[in-house]
Amino acid sequence: MTFSRRTFLGTAAVTAGLLAAPMVRAQGKPRVVVIGGGAGGATAARYLAKDSQGALDVTLVEPTRTYHTCFFSNLYLGGFRDIGSLGHGYGTLASDYGINVIHDWAVGVDRDAKTVTLAGGSSLPYDRLILSPGIDFVDGAVEGWDVSAQTAMPHAYKGGTQAELLKAQIMAMPQGGTFAMVAPPNPYRCPPGPYERISMVAHLLKETNPTAKILLADPKESFSKQGLFEEGWNRHYAGMVERIGPDFGGANVSVDPQAMTLTIDGDVNDVDVCNVIPAMKAGRIAEIAGITDGNWAPVNAADMSSKMDPNIHVLGDAAAQGDMPKSGFSANSQAKVCANAVRGALTGSTVFPARFANTCWSLIDTNDGVKVGATYEATDEKIAKVDGFVSATGESDELRAATYQESIGWYDGIVADMFG
Amino acid sequence: MRRHLLLLAFMGAASHGIAEVGGDPERGEELFRQCSSCHQVGQGAVDRIGPQLNHIFDRAAGEAEGFRYSAGFERAAAGGLVWTYDTLDSFIENPRVLVSSTRMSFRGIADQQDRDDLLAYLRLFSSSPANIPEAAPTAAAVDHAVAPAVLAIVGDPAYGEYLSGECTACHQASGAATGIPSITNWPTDDFVVAMHAYKEGVRAHPVMQMMAGRLSDEEIAALAAYFESIQ
Repeated sequence: MTFSRRTFLGTAAVTAGLLAAPMVRAQGKPRVVVIGGGAGGATAARYLAKDSQGALDVTLVEPTRTYHTCFFSNLYLGGFRDIGSLGHGYGTLASDYGINVIHDWAVGVDRDAKTVTLAGGSSLPYDRLILSPGIDFVDGAVEGWDVSAQTAMPHAYKGGTQAELLKAQIMAMPQGGTFAMVAPPNPYRCPPGPYERISMVAHLLKETNPTAKILLADPKESFSKQGLFEEGWNRHYAGMVERIGPDFGGANVSVDPQAMTLTIDGDVNDVDVCNVIPAMKAGRIAEIAGITDGNWAPVNAADMSSKMDPNIHVLGDAAAQGDMPKSGFSANSQAKVCANAVRGALTGSTVFPARFANTCWSLIDTNDGVKVGATYEATDEKIAKVDGFVSATGESDELRAATYQESIGWYDGIVADMFG
Repeated sequence: MRRHLLLLAFMGAASHGIAEVGGDPERGEELFRQCSSCHQVGQGAVDRIGPQLNHIFDRAAGEAEGFRYSAGFERAAAGGLVWTYDTLDSFIENPRVLVSSTRMSFRGIADQQDRDDLLAYLRLFSSSPANIPEAAPTAAAVDHAVAPAVLAIVGDPAYGEYLSGECTACHQASGAATGIPSITNWPTDDFVVAMHAYKEGVRAHPVMQMMAGRLSDEEIAALAAYFESIQ
């Protein structure tokens, strides 16, 4: 059964009636509500529904009807994917897995009553709640920027329309213009993401605007796959990318979205496009639920349960879990551990020990793919790294091309694992 | 000795009027090495990850007895696809163009001469002439010695299903393969051998070495049991 937000907003009285029906049918079945239909939430909902074979009543709350993955959005910027190829619907999760997919915003969590309130006004009771809300931005993290400035200076860090806007702005840059990025401090979604983006923007500009410059203000001393990216920038985009690290004021930045300036350590730079990726925090519903400590929601590694409420689990970017990077792959991995544990708790099925893995592929230029990955285990304190690898500098062209092909296969694999 | 027999076989074939197959079977045998991790051909060849390829010429597609084909191959077979020189040539050039959802994780061979050579080799193992000794089975699929006691472990498919979540982040449970190989419906022995080869670092792939590296013998057996079972 699928509800639309329009239904809720349009006819509240009828909606209440509609909502009552599945609850009566589901009476007696343990109820799991999943908030957020990305790599964590969609995977958790799918595995819960698939593996419980009807023993659980699974509801997935996600505002968008077509979910555009943030992962691979850089490849869209670079011209390697079209935006349509990154969009995915929830039809199969509803029709083939029997998941109640509700397209609405979750705006409240009553932990005592164990209910979730939706923007449409209705209330969803749960036995277990899984929050996978992704990220929001820390207010005031970049002086001069807030979300109201995201049209002039896009973050483009949640996929979809923001990515399209950023690409349109890059394509409209004057010849020889400047693309600027304000990179985020740790921890943030997709550690190699800003640097893959620099690579993809450089690739696009090299084709369309070869005299353009790229200015990167970075508050971090070092970053993910740094040696690989810097090697690639020298090799493919020599002279195009200027990175200003914290030693030279990269952490001391402000922007003026009206004037289109980026000020780094007092130096005012006129820029044509400014991609501001501010400091991040857990998606807002985690904070509303009262399960955050600082910017993130701390969890127990064994089952991704909140350290503040045993009936709530937190997946993916929003969770403070230990050593795993915030990535779609990590969220997908955590979702399967969580689904196994939640199903066990609610139906008595076997709970197997937690185990996690992550791999992140990045594209530097055509057929120049690299990757980093690790395996993880649950300890009493956190998710702890077991083993890992990273691509080496100086690898053969053939290996880099094979790595890129592999990343395409991974994309197809993970979206099949998320959306069925 | 084997080389000698193959040469005889080719000469025999030529004398039976199929000399229009212009490839070099000796070179084709070398090219077949890239196929042999999944396919066997010759005396004693059996279905492994892919079907055995004896008598492939003029066989209807999807007809190897006892082999579980992908849905795409079943559709192609129902549509009347027959393996001739031309259809095999087109399939080997780019498997997914001919059979879109094949589990065959192979990019294809772009070079016409390479395809001719490979097909000349495969042609040796099809139909007449009679009384030509066949080559020994291709054993490259077993690229790593695994102790019989380890191979004999019967895995728990339920545990394997849980563990498979680590695989299906990349490998598609449907068996579809786009840049990352299909791992469904493999014979359990092949699966176990491959995973131990990664675990021991005999097969080179950093992600797979890492993933296999922490799997116990029982866990590998469980995964093999699960992936062998799913359709």
